[in-house]
Amino acid sequence: MFKRVILFLLALIVVGIAGVFVLAWHPSYEPIEPPAAASFDAGQVQRGEMLASAGYCATCHTAKGGARNAGGYPLKTGFGTIHSTNITPDPATGIGTWSEAAFARAMREGIARDGSELYPAFPFDHFTRLSDEDVAALYAYLMSQAAVSAPAKDNKLPFPLNIRALQAGWKLLFLDQGRFEPVAGKSEEWNRGAYLAEGLGHCGACHTPRNALGAEKSGEHVYAGAFIDGWTAPALNAAQAAPLAWNADELFGFLRRGGTALHGVAAGPMSEVVHEGLSALPDSDIHALATYFAEVNGSDARSAESNARLATLVESGAPDPRARYDEGADLYRSACAACHYNSAHPPALLRPELALNSALSEAVPTNFIRVVLHGVGIGEGIPGAMMPPFDRALSDPEIAAIAAYLRDTMTDKPAWTDLSTRIAAVRQGGSGS
Amino acid sequence: MTTLKLNGRDVSFDVDPETPLLWVIRDQLGLTGTKFGCGIGMCGACTVHLNGRAVRSCILPAAAADGAAITTIEGLDPNGQHPLQQAWIETQAPQCGYCQSGQIMQAATLLQDFPQPTDKDIDSVMNGNLCRCMAYRRIRAAIKLAATRMGEEAGHE
Repeated sequence: MFKRVILFLLALIVVGIAGVFVLAWHPSYEPIEPPAAASFDAGQVQRGEMLASAGYCATCHTAKGGARNAGGYPLKTGFGTIHSTNITPDPATGIGTWSEAAFARAMREGIARDGSELYPAFPFDHFTRLSDEDVAALYAYLMSQAAVSAPAKDNKLPFPLNIRALQAGWKLLFLDQGRFEPVAGKSEEWNRGAYLAEGLGHCGACHTPRNALGAEKSGEHVYAGAFIDGWTAPALNAAQAAPLAWNADELFGFLRRGGTALHGVAAGPMSEVVHEGLSALPDSDIHALATYFAEVNGSDARSAESNARLATLVESGAPDPRARYDEGADLYRSACAACHYNSAHPPALLRPELALNSALSEAVPTNFIRVVLHGVGIGEGIPGAMMPPFDRALSDPEIAAIAAYLRDTMTDKPAWTDLSTRIAAVRQGGSGS
Repeated sequence: MTTLKLNGRDVSFDVDPETPLLWVIRDQLGLTGTKFGCGIGMCGACTVHLNGRAVRSCILPAAAADGAAITTIEGLDPNGQHPLQQAWIETQAPQCGYCQSGQIMQAATLLQDFPQPTDKDIDSVMNGNLCRCMAYRRIRAAIKLAATRMGEEAGHE
């Protein structure tokens, strides 16, 4: 009897593995002669360029110092390092021999021209929502770029993750294919925002936490915030930590200009999203995204409470008289308040009010620490303004003292724990989470 | 190569990307009105304007300021007659004078953001500018005098 059970289980495993390989078999598309750039409509190419920018293709498909879209950027995942590939129309090393049908299959199903599986580091789980028209425009743009010869770099993935065919199993479990379907009863603007956020913008790729197999979690976890690249990508749903509601106006200001007086500035990867990605989109699309996310976070319900809190919060941002005997208060007064102090509400855009900044209210101090250590670059946040790096000016215990003081006086959240350890970790390039 | 507009003049220089802006201003470009105090952004002596906002130039890597407009005490007013500079003289604010260029540069942006500052505004914004001679009371008075003059001038226009 026991033997039979074992045999049965073994048979099940064999059938399962065979099944995955059957699922992983996809036809190869015939290579084509690279189409001439002139064969595409100029308007369509231009539109594709805008879409490529708003989908941040070049952010992942360009190596540091390398040619645009020629691949080789290392994506460090929890499973190993995956190198992005060359998406210029070079026939030997890029996508020059990919027909539009092959390109569309890659975008929607995560399958390369030759039929092999792509890793979901490429967010085809979002791009599957794109309209046919947008996929065609992206293809026209990518195929019209200058071809760059850049062979793919080897990925560093442990066995068995280096077997691409196994991705078929991942897709069976987690890939929900299909075009974006407008939601009936919602405005055209809301639906446009949802289309951009869920598809091209792949906002959830950073802002939704992932499960043990690296897929975005569903249900209440959607947009619940996640750690990525040593930063916290804050929650975009009702769980968000910002003291004041992110209503549509605030979202628009942040996504269009890189910062607002009531929520602070976009730093780190989000600054690139704003200034190198979304900047290509017209105001109407940014308004659509703002409308969509204002509903995702339920800010309408919080606006009355927000207005009441603003005055109190700005007041709490002033340096505290405790400065004479509290190290954190003293350091805040000396090193931070000259730029961050506000007396009026609403506060000034170029005096980022820390009492309103979600970095102070997040469960972990990662983003706060990163910004203190590395500052905000002149092209980040509100371009032209900047915060200098304090990594050589302040020691770990000093930054910890400032963090503890601000958390205590400006938020109603419990104290952060293990601050010095976390700061040391972020200095080393970790997330300190 | 890093390029700046320094007091309205285009300048470029080649330095290690970690070199603080202060060293470039003082040693390479020869403008010594901006002072070195603590070197860790805690005393304000090195304050200059970057695109019109006060920054501590001792902790700011010069390369990070590429493309920015930098104003030092030498460029605040072509004739050294900014209302703050006049008020500083009138109230005899400085004693040894070492921190004063930083104080004035910080005060200039204070008055942009708070044209008629309260004592609390002045103390909060100027707290990061230390003065070993304890001239704080006179600095506060000079700022208020300048604010009044600038307010009157704006009213006449």
